[in-house]
Amino acid sequence: MTQALIAEDEPLLAEQLRADLAGAWPALQLLPTAGDGRSALEAALAQRPEVCFLDIRMPALSGLEVAQALAEDWPDRTPFPLLVFVTAYDQYALQAFEAQAVDYLVKPVDGQRLAACVRRLQARLADRAAHESGLQEAMAQLRGLLGAAAPAAAAPRLEVLQAQAGALVHLVPVDEVIYFEAADKYVRVVTAGREHLIRTSLRELLPQLDPQRFWQVHRGTVVQARCIATARREDSGKVTLTLKGRSETLIASRLYAHLFKGM
Amino acid sequence: MPGQADNRAMPIAIEPHALSPRHSMLVRAAITQVACGLIALMLWSLGSHDGLAVNAVYSFCIGNCNWLLIDGARGLIGRWRARRTGGHREWPGAAWMAPVVVVGAVVGYALGSRLAAAVLSRPSPSLMLAWPVLLVSLVAATVIVSFYYARERLHTQQLTAEAALRLAAETQLRLLQSQLEPHMLFNTLANLRVLIGVDAKRAQTMLDHLIAFLRTTLAASRVDRHRLAAEFDNVRDYLALMAVRMGPRLQVSLELPEALRPLQVPPMLLQPLVENAIKHGLEPKVEGGRIEVRAARIGTLLQLTVRDDGVGLEGGAAPPAPSGDAGTRFGLEQVRARLATVYGPQARLDLCAAAGGGTEAVLSLPATLDPTPVATDP
Repeated sequence: MTQALIAEDEPLLAEQLRADLAGAWPALQLLPTAGDGRSALEAALAQRPEVCFLDIRMPALSGLEVAQALAEDWPDRTPFPLLVFVTAYDQYALQAFEAQAVDYLVKPVDGQRLAACVRRLQARLADRAAHESGLQEAMAQLRGLLGAAAPAAAAPRLEVLQAQAGALVHLVPVDEVIYFEAADKYVRVVTAGREHLIRTSLRELLPQLDPQRFWQVHRGTVVQARCIATARREDSGKVTLTLKGRSETLIASRLYAHLFKGM
Repeated sequence: MPGQADNRAMPIAIEPHALSPRHSMLVRAAITQVACGLIALMLWSLGSHDGLAVNAVYSFCIGNCNWLLIDGARGLIGRWRARRTGGHREWPGAAWMAPVVVVGAVVGYALGSRLAAAVLSRPSPSLMLAWPVLLVSLVAATVIVSFYYARERLHTQQLTAEAALRLAAETQLRLLQSQLEPHMLFNTLANLRVLIGVDAKRAQTMLDHLIAFLRTTLAASRVDRHRLAAEFDNVRDYLALMAVRMGPRLQVSLELPEALRPLQVPPMLLQPLVENAIKHGLEPKVEGGRIEVRAARIGTLLQLTVRDDGVGLEGGAAPPAPSGDAGTRFGLEQVRARLATVYGPQARLDLCAAAGGGTEAVLSLPATLDPTPVATDP
């Protein structure tokens, strides 16, 4: 039995997609609709559906962020779900979807377009049963999508971070930072000697960092390349990084494992 | 795609030379030849003791020397000034051109008359004896340069005026674009399409709100002021559309005291603030929230407040929306710019964190029943 998850924050549109899918694909078993990105991620990881319909603009996490988190946290032995992105109007996203040959639906979803999408999904599920999990293909597509969705290098580069602790503001040169780690609404800034918290999100910080020097290795981790000592590839496809100047290790997710391949 | 130019950010280039430089130089050359011919005819008809052919040789030689010297100097000065200021190559002002014309005419006369004498195998005339011809050369050069100077200035003025018109039209278009955001329109239509199937009555109500919203938004670009009641109606329509989309995640409260209904306000001041509150405050919040729009009179001021209990100014949890964000920021800037245009320093817009979470936008403007704007001069 094929299972599918719909993530859509607008209740009427979610209901309609459920009804349309029930007509176009009667054998499909639909999980309860997720109304925001975070519950979509949790439901998908818990229920492991074969197909996910992800709205792009959702509260908590966007559809793309859900896809990224799924790619990083999906269990190894289960086939990676087929992803279909749903959006009302987003020219940038649509261009990226076209370029990466990712399935997408445009709201309002018309019957023919949905029927074609269902046929394509069914064909790929049948094909996948004969071959393997499709994780590699999904990874490649997602890398392309995330690259295309990353903001252009328009933001000015940050040279010094200002981390406030009570009445005191610590000035931390960016070059001294070994890695950044997302922590809820904050970012943990780790240097050789100490740690700071800054009140910003990793998403806002990332465009202000030089991508040559600071590598994103996980959706929640950005590390300065020159501070990485070794990278060890694990069976799961993840990569364990040891650092110069810190004793802890970092994990590079499957999405970013391709950064470490030897010269 | 990254790197692709956003056409909203495209600057308007002001190009002061409509003709290509080579083309306009050919035109100047032709005009010089016509002027030389006319001067030769004039001197001959005034009873010069030489024949027309001799007059023509002198006229063309002197005239072309004058033209090459003066036009060349003008071009060099223009280029030098453009490099220094980084601006366009424009005609240098009269302070530059007057000495250029005098020196150019005298030197041009000296060179041209020697050239003509060489062509005609005559002895070179002395400068002292030929001062009437020198005068003719000077007058002709002054007249032609003045003509070009005036034409260039007119041309530049025209282009500046055109650029200003284009800028105004583009601003209006961007205003309209920021209010009729495609994402909002298509999502609304998608909801409407669903409702038509399941609840025709509600679909009709939603369509009525959409029609009213579109009508007011389009009309807003044509009127300077409308009643505060109309402004609230527009916000009510917009919020009704958003309420269908967001379902129970959106709660709305509008408060407009009866006495304030007839006050005159510029249209589309509230809607961008409400849209901002929803897009950046409530939409990113999983459980949604409440939006309050209030009008109050404080002394001579009308105070409009849009308050939400969403993620707040530093929430930073908004999903990335590269196409929409610029529009919203533009919406707020636009409100500020329009307030400044109409009321000057008498009006202001403040955005701050609301007590108990969320964001509060407060608009203060003179409370007036007068439908004519206070000051329309920008």
